Amino acid sequence: MALVNPATTREAVARQLRGGRADIAGLAFRALLLVALLVTVGILGILILDVWTGGWSVLSERLGSFLTGTLSSRSERAGVFQGIRGSFWIAMFTIVLAFPLGIGAAIYLEEYAPNTRFARVVDVNIRNLAGVPSVVYGILGLTIFVKVLGSFTGGRTVMAAGITLAILVLPIVIITSAEAIRSVPSGLREAGFGVGATRWEVIRHHVLPYAAPGILTGTVLSLARALGEAAPLILVGATTDFLGGGRGSLLDFGQLTERFTALPIIITTWAGRPQTEFRSLTAAAIVVLLVVVLLFNAVAILLRNRYEKRRR
Amino acid sequence: MNTDQRVTPVAMPETAERSEGGAVVFDVSDVSVYYGPFRAVRDVNLQIRRNEITAFIGPSGCGKTTVLRCLNRMNDLIETARVEGRINYHGVDLYGEGINPTEVRRRIGMVFQKPNPFPKSIYDNVAFGPRVAGIKGDMDEIVERSLRRAALWDEVKDRLRSSATGMSGGQQQRLCIARALAVDPEVILMDEPCSALDPIATGRIEDLMDEIKSQYTIVIVTHNMQQAARVSDRCAFFTTEVSEVSDTRTGILVEYDETEKMFSNPEDERTENYVTGRFG
Repeated sequence: MALVNPATTREAVARQLRGGRADIAGLAFRALLLVALLVTVGILGILILDVWTGGWSVLSERLGSFLTGTLSSRSERAGVFQGIRGSFWIAMFTIVLAFPLGIGAAIYLEEYAPNTRFARVVDVNIRNLAGVPSVVYGILGLTIFVKVLGSFTGGRTVMAAGITLAILVLPIVIITSAEAIRSVPSGLREAGFGVGATRWEVIRHHVLPYAAPGILTGTVLSLARALGEAAPLILVGATTDFLGGGRGSLLDFGQLTERFTALPIIITTWAGRPQTEFRSLTAAAIVVLLVVVLLFNAVAILLRNRYEKRRR
Repeated sequence: MNTDQRVTPVAMPETAERSEGGAVVFDVSDVSVYYGPFRAVRDVNLQIRRNEITAFIGPSGCGKTTVLRCLNRMNDLIETARVEGRINYHGVDLYGEGINPTEVRRRIGMVFQKPNPFPKSIYDNVAFGPRVAGIKGDMDEIVERSLRRAALWDEVKDRLRSSATGMSGGQQQRLCIARALAVDPEVILMDEPCSALDPIATGRIEDLMDEIKSQYTIVIVTHNMQQAARVSDRCAFFTTEVSEVSDTRTGILVEYDETEKMFSNPEDERTENYVTGRFG
């Protein structure tokens, strides 16, 4: 015979299970995190809304002529075509120069370099380079690619600017790629070596495909950085006035060695103009820059998803 | 083509010797392994024989896996690892000059503790080894033969193109065995191959080892003494000794003999304590 009535036991247990202290610190922390998220998203939202409404008059009335038009001091005729072309080519130079160099350096650092003092010094320096202000890279570009190598780049050209920005983002590409390569499980490498693959075969068939999504994410972030930079371009000599030969097509190779401009330059210039019409032009140009960056990001996300699917 | 016919990637000079069971494959003499200044295991002497299953047993940290990974130079991947002494494979010093670790690993395959299939299709997992080894021949047939030997064919033959990571743990480990068999090695090293598996999957792998030992030489590290007693022909018991000077632990080989003797009438008291469950 039970000493205690089962109903009494149940009540006692229920009291214990239902009671307990409230987790106030936990709730407060959670609320704080939510606030942080909302503030961030809110600021971004306001920014986009502000730019969108500001540029709406231009975007709705003459989107076509705005996209294809050239620089002009007359607000009703001014367009951003040369800026799009400049930014497009800067992106191309970054992709062609910074991506292979950066990913290559990252592979070497992670997979081949012995863990020596030299390798560690190089590693630390690359991390520091990623934090160097972009103006400094602008001075580097001015000295080397505009002046010293002027006969090759043509001086103050989109080529000099593209190479400068490629070098600007190189440390970021190296760091993010190295991070992605480091996150490849060691079991995967061992499996490759275990069946008698060489180091190169393991890297080519297992490490790189596995690291590809991470590498892509990093490189695209660096590309967005290159597209948004204005300061180094001013030093390298992006023009803010009229441009000769502004009518060439997007893929016109001749203008690679001519004076150039880029979207961030146009935005900074127009933002400084006193006429009120230029305010909406500035906002519209910002929208165009955002769309260009988003387009590059979209391509990268598609590629990343493809690689991630393969990884599963 | 007979499915049991073996495709040897490179002609082995000692083919004649292969048929004699019990010939010495590995002759390990006075081997010590260091990780940086730390000596992980010291003065190991043992001989591993063809077509036998040799088990390494002992408590954690006694250096069994370290010694196993020296047998196909897998320790090379750890930068600070250093091997002293001699490991002869058919009389050739594995750590001698001019030895290519990649070639070593083609002949001495490995199955790891945690199933580690490539995140690719089942087919590509098995075919990768033969491809990089440059093995010519019908790849479909090599894949089928390897999967059959690993007792996996019937379960996966209809989904060879689906991802290996969707398989159960036991299937993944058998796939890893098939992958190791696909390059037609002479030796297979197994580092606790069943520690992540349930008893049924473990049983299948043990049956598999028994089936393939007539064609291969197997060295297995295991924490499971029953497993060592069930599958192995010879057994090496390792333990750790603590240095009084530096308070560091170093693995030593205590006893190496036929499994039956190791479990019924071991020479060393420490072995007896371990196999009877009084220690470790």
